[in-house]
Order: sequence, then structure tokens, then C-alpha cells
Amino acid sequence: MKRTIFGNQLLPWLLLAPQLAITAVFFLWPAGQAVWQSFLRQDAFGLKTSFVGLTNYAALLGDAKYLNAVQVTVVFSIAVAALSMGVALMLALAVDRGLRGARAYTTLLVWPYAVAPAVAGVMWWFLFNPTIGILPYALRAVGYDWNHGLQPRDAMTLVVIAASWKQISYNFLFFVAGLQAIPGSLREAAAIDGAGPARRFATITFPLLSPTTFFLLVVNVVYTMFDTFAVIHATTQGGPMQSTTILVYKVFDDGFLGLNLGASGAQSVVLMGIVIVLTVVQFRFIERRVEY
Amino acid sequence: MAAITLDNVGKTYAGGTRALSGMSIDIAPGEFVVLVGPSGCGKSTLLRMIAGLETVTEGTIRIGERVVNTVEPADRNIAMVFQNYALYPHMTVRQNLAYGLKNRGTPRDEIDRRVAEAAQILEIGPYLDRKPRQLSGGQRQRVAMGRAIVREPAAFLFDEPLSNLDAKLRVTMRSEIRQLQRRLGTTSVYVTHDQVEAMTLADRLVVLNAGRIEQIGTPLQVYRHPATTFVAGFIGAPAMNLLPAQIADGQLHLAGAAVAPMTRAGGPVTLGIRPEDLRRDPAGPIRMRLRHVEELGHARLLHGQIGDSAAVCTVTDTAPPDPEIRLSIDPGQCHLFDAQTGARLTGA
Amino acid sequence: MVENRPLLTFLAHGALILGVIVVAFPVYLALIASTHPVSAFSSGVIPLLPGREMAANYATMLGQGISTAGAPPLWGLLGNSLVMALAIALGKIAISITSAFAIVYFRFPLRNLAFWAIFITLMLPVEVRIVPTFKVVADLGMLNSYAGLTIPLIASATATFLFRQVFLTIPDELLEAARIDGAGPLRFFRDILLPLSRTNIAALFVILFIYGWNQYLWPLLITTDERFYTIVAAIKRMAETADAEPYWNLIMASAVLAMLPPVLVVIAMQRLFVKGLIETEK
Repeated sequence: MKRTIFGNQLLPWLLLAPQLAITAVFFLWPAGQAVWQSFLRQDAFGLKTSFVGLTNYAALLGDAKYLNAVQVTVVFSIAVAALSMGVALMLALAVDRGLRGARAYTTLLVWPYAVAPAVAGVMWWFLFNPTIGILPYALRAVGYDWNHGLQPRDAMTLVVIAASWKQISYNFLFFVAGLQAIPGSLREAAAIDGAGPARRFATITFPLLSPTTFFLLVVNVVYTMFDTFAVIHATTQGGPMQSTTILVYKVFDDGFLGLNLGASGAQSVVLMGIVIVLTVVQFRFIERRVEY
Repeated sequence: MAAITLDNVGKTYAGGTRALSGMSIDIAPGEFVVLVGPSGCGKSTLLRMIAGLETVTEGTIRIGERVVNTVEPADRNIAMVFQNYALYPHMTVRQNLAYGLKNRGTPRDEIDRRVAEAAQILEIGPYLDRKPRQLSGGQRQRVAMGRAIVREPAAFLFDEPLSNLDAKLRVTMRSEIRQLQRRLGTTSVYVTHDQVEAMTLADRLVVLNAGRIEQIGTPLQVYRHPATTFVAGFIGAPAMNLLPAQIADGQLHLAGAAVAPMTRAGGPVTLGIRPEDLRRDPAGPIRMRLRHVEELGHARLLHGQIGDSAAVCTVTDTAPPDPEIRLSIDPGQCHLFDAQTGARLTGA
Repeated sequence: MVENRPLLTFLAHGALILGVIVVAFPVYLALIASTHPVSAFSSGVIPLLPGREMAANYATMLGQGISTAGAPPLWGLLGNSLVMALAIALGKIAISITSAFAIVYFRFPLRNLAFWAIFITLMLPVEVRIVPTFKVVADLGMLNSYAGLTIPLIASATATFLFRQVFLTIPDELLEAARIDGAGPLRFFRDILLPLSRTNIAALFVILFIYGWNQYLWPLLITTDERFYTIVAAIKRMAETADAEPYWNLIMASAVLAMLPPVLVVIAMQRLFVKGLIETEK
């Protein structure tokens, strides 16, 4: 809070006007529409619309496809978070040993952040192409017949790898920052106390890194829930047999392809609820001060 | 150069907290007035009200003949030197000095002339093209001064400008500020919590405490005739001893002993006596139990207890002190204060 | 490090080299694929070593595109992506820095409400409200336009908070000195705040440029006219036909072109990139 401020009353509104106008027109109004539509139902020809209360929400709970999407989302999120954070932590620990060339390694590890999720998806799709891809070729050599077009498990593996590949650089940078924030004297003290590298990691480094880990967990869940739409849309398109249809994909699918606005609206509202919870958790955790 | 007149100025914050009240001060043109007091006494707030950085909720402030209560800071024709200097970090020294003039539409060659002049006075010519972060603390301090003088304002306002400097530099800069102000003759209001700085700089002191004026006067007046026990304890180092005493039978009684003849009406009083005015005297009526000795080189401070009160005595002899010291006082050096209100008792 | 353990150092190097290889692997193969003729992909396994058709493949994609796969010449797509990324990055920075200025340096009625209205955008990612947002943009006649591609995406709570944070660390005395020096709000903003936020603006620009360049769902939905296609969104249209006509060489050339600009930005401005990434999450 500033001690000294300007007295103008009109100027701040002019300064805020563009941001508020865009927020109102493209954020608040559509969000309100989604909420409103979630209480409506259109007939098959889109001619008649009636208010149906919570029917659309009740329908979601009874919809096996929706429940399947919830399950897929959970599996996908956990797998991506675990894979990308695990790999990133190992790489960060290696860099944090103060090796020669640490900066060069960092440069070589961070650039995938800049690759669009859709492009990452297409590249992995190419690598996993069942007929000419190099990875199915290698897998055939060990007796596994890869086909993400038919095998739900293969499809899930494909999108998990593509999504994780892109997220490693982000997690890596934050783990490195977290490790650098741990005073070297603590690890030195532990070494003097006779703790070897493994024990030091388990008893000093990892506990002190837990705020970073928790923060990244939240960020990665948000990432997999919303930003990986492109990965899935550019590769499996939710298939085969809905095995990679995450919640965001289903909103899109029902709204644009199925044209079921009521169901899509109810799903949007549920997703908004999830984002709000995640945002609150994130703010609470990093004590980002939202009051001013 | 202008007079600054504060007439019953007060400040009450929106929440109802009263920061200042009854501030009436007449500052003559060219005068150097120091506002001094402990932290939280309201001295900075008062200065910022004169600058226009805080609103005035009661009374009037005049600069020259003009009431400035609602005038923008830029239009008050004042310049301010901040505690942290507030130099614009992305501008060179030259740009820092010129910024205020440029905003006022001063012609280019006039700006150059004034910047060159200020740089010469303050000896910062060699640094004009550096950024503030490339300067030492003392140099930054000079640039902050320079930014004030190029404006040729009606008054300088200083907000603890030396408190970020080390002790030695502070003494040097103190006398430089004083000489500069004499030379330019600009009315100055200076805020500090350091009573030595206040004493050495001021034409007149305004001692503030808890949002009120305790005393206004020249350094010597304030030192010799403190108006209240607060001023007595605040001005002078080591601080004046303030001891509970009684007047009875034409004598001043301290810790059960008659210590000086006193002609005024009887009753409890607070006796103020400076440490250097407590004389060591083997036949003296005052007994001080010694607690410890502080060696200063040119003198010693004897810390002890008179009756139930802590007391300090300055001595210059090097004789090893006894556990109990006898002291005497000169009635002319005694300051008497009302035991309840702390106000100075006149005619003492 | 605490002590000298050659074995651990060796393992660390090993892990990092492996990491670098795994991270680079798909891009390497994409690059290789883009240097071969289309015949290399009809059977067997994808090539692992460079071919000779690189110049021809890239020239084809940049100059002609693949008409059967609905891919116009990529120069136009790259241009659209550049316009979109720049407009989003600069637009977000511009409206966020003025918003933060208003929120930090003024007191006005309903300031609280304005703050929360901006804050709430954090909780409404475009994927969540995609159907009604599309409808708004369609109703406003903004489909197939640069305005439609950019304006709905430039509100930013994150950038507003970042600038607010930066402004809060600027000492009050600077504003006070500037006011005494005769600077009004806009002059203070231009002469003091903007120069002092310069590195934050640059760092944020790097992050937002990548964000804008990599947009996928939004351009995919609102552009049906190929004059407004962006390269990232078009990749998918090409890849869709790959099973019928495996132009993998051309598709991978497009993928390489699509990732090149943002990757170069990250590598060239690594310091600003890291700063921007970490600051926007603070």
C-alpha cells in the first residue's frame, strides 16, 4: 500500500478501461452464459429452450462417459505430474552439484518450454506411428505390438509422454531455483554430521524442497487439466474408445461437435469450480497476497 | 527565501488517530529550524504536511504570504531532501538535477547553467554522467542536495537526510549543510531524531513529543532552560538526571538529605541536574552508591543510585572511585519541574 | 559441492547428457524427417540420418504448402503467428501495466471490485468457457480477423499482478520526489515507472510471446479462412491427412518452422526467459 497517491478520480478508470472491458466481454459474460446454459435444455432441433434446474448436473453424474472422463483426467494428471517432476528433479539435482557446463546443460534442457503443445503432440505421434515410427519398431524388437489407434493403454502412454516431455523444462527450472535457495551451509553441516549424499537428500534437501514440490504439483495439475488440450486434439482426439478424453476435451467435444449446450455448460461450471479450488490452494500455499 | 508560518496546525487520520495538534511555529526568512523528537513524535508528518505530501486537517500553513494547505507539492516552491535520497535510479546525476526544471519548462540553457552551478558548489561535477548506483553514500547525499538547490526554491525541507551515512561522514556533511544554507540563505526546515545534529545545525529547535510541541527555542535556550522534563531528558548527552525531591524549610531535600537552599513554596518536585553539574565533594550532602564506571578518555561517567533513582555523574579526575561517592550541587544549576505535569517551575 | 565424489559427478554428467538426448530426440527426428523425400516414409522405419531434400522440402512448404491437406504456403501462416504473438504480448503488457498503475497509485470508489474482476480471470481459462466465448466473438463479427485472434486473449491477471508487485517495491519517496519535481501521474508513469520496469517488461514479453505463438484451440476455432491460419493451429490440419498421404517430410518441416521462432527467443534471451517464468508465478 502506497503512502502517497494521486488524487485523480477519472484517470484510474481510463487506465483500467481496456482490461476491464476485455474481462467483462470475453471472460465474465461468457462464464455467466456457461452458468446460465447449464440450467437450460434445448430440444433436438434447437427450437425450444426450457429451464431445467440442476437436471444437467444430475445427468453428468449419471453419464458413464463423463465419469470415464473424470477417471481419465485423474490418471493423466497424476502420470504427467509424476513423470515430468521425477525426471526434472533428477536433472535439477545433477545440475545443482555445481558441475562444469551447468549453464550449457540448462540451456539444452529448457528450450522445449517454447515448443507448442500441439507441435510436441505431432512429433511424438510421428515417433510412435505404428507403421513407420521408430519407437514401435524398437518395441516390436522386444515383442510388444504398439498401436495407439486401437489400444487405449498405448494411446494414454503416448499423450502422457508428449505432455510430460514439454513440461520437464518448466519443472526443472523451478527445482533448480528451489535447490539454489537452500543454503549450502545446511548441507555442509549435514556432511560434517556424517550424512552421505543419499541421506542428505532424504533428510535435508527433499524436506526443504517440499514447498517447491507442492507448488509444482499444483501447477502441473492445472497444466494437464487445461493446457494439454492441444496435445490430445492434435494426436488421439480423445480415442480410442474415449480412453484419452479428458474433461476439457469433453467440454469441447460436447459443445462443438455434439452441440449439447446444456451439458457442455454444466461441465464448464464444474471445471470452473476445479480451477477456483486449485487457484485458492495455490494462493494459500505461496501466500501470494491478493489483498492490497 | 520565504517565511513559513504554521498556525495551529493539526492532523487527524481518516481512522480518527490524532497525529499532531496545536502546531504553531513562525519560521523567519532564511532561518534554519530543526524539528527534533523521538521516532513517532510526528516530526516527519509535519514536514511532509509543509511539503504537501500529507493533507492538513486543521489550521493553516503559509509559505510567504500564501496559504498552501491545498496547493500541490510542485506548486509550493519548496525542495525536499529525503532520508533515502530518492534519486531516480535510471537517470544520470545530470538528469536527476534537471528533471524538476525540465518539468517546469525551464529553458535548456538555463537548466544547464543551474546544473553546472550546483555541481560546482557541491563538487559533484565529475559524477554528472554517472547513475546513482555508481556513487558512494556521501556522493548520493550531495546529489540529493543538488537536486534541491538547482530549483532555487523558497525553502528546503530535509527529512533525516544524514541517517543513512556512517558516523564520520555524518559529521562532515552536517557542517557542509550548515555552511551551504548560510551561503544560500534559504529558509530550511530539518527533521532529525539525533539531538546532537539538531543542536549543531539549528538556529532554532522545535522539540516534539507525541504529536505536540514541547518547546521552541535556540539550542542554548533549550539546553539551559528545558521547558519540560521531556526536553530535559531528550536534549543533552548523557541525559540530565531527573530525581524525585522535596522542598521543605527553605531547603531542597534529595534522598533524605538537604542538598541546597531553596526559597520557593514547599512540596514534591522533580529535580533536574546535568551529570556534569554533580560535583564530587568529600563533604557533599548527596550520597551515590556506585554501580559501574564508563571510561570516555577525557572524562568518566559514574553510574550509580541516589536514593531509589538511577543517576549519572561526569567526572574528570582519575582517582579510583569509592563504592559510595559524596556529591554536591550548585543551586544555580538545578532545574525544578512540577512532579506531576513535568512542566518547568519558573523562578527556580 | 560438499565433498568430492567422482562417481557421483560422473553419474550427474551421465544423467544430464541422457536428459539432453531424450529432450532433443523427437526434435532431432523431426529435423531429419524434414530432409528426406516423401518416399522415405512409405514403408520400413523412419530415417535416422539426414537426407538431401531439406532445401526442397522447406521451399515447398514456405512457397506452396500442401493444397490437398489444406495447408497454404507457410510464409503467410508464420506471418499470422508473428502478428498474433506480438499483438498478444504487447497488448497484455500494455493493458496490464496501466491497470497495475491505476490499482497501486490511485484510490477511487470500487477499486476493490475492479481488482477482483481482474483477479477472477485467473480462474476462467479459455478452455473452460470455450463455447460461450466463441459465441460472443461470432456475434461481434470477429471470426476470421486479427482482432478476433488476439483481443479475447489479452486480459491478464498474471501480468497485472506482476506489475503491481514491481510497483509496490518502488520506494514511495520516488513518487514524492517526482511530485515535488512537478510530475503529474502520466509524466511519472512515463518518466519513472516505465524505465524502472524495463527488465520486467522484457522478461514478461518473452513469456507472453511464447504464449501467443503457441495458441492452438482458439485460432483453430475462430479461423476458417486460410488467410488467418496460424502455423501451430495448421499443423494439425496437415497431420490429419498423413495417414492417407504420408507427407511426413513436409509435416515435420512445418513442425520445425512452427517451433523455431519461440525456441530461438528462449535460447537467445535465456536470462530474461527464466526471470519471466519465475516472476509470473510469484
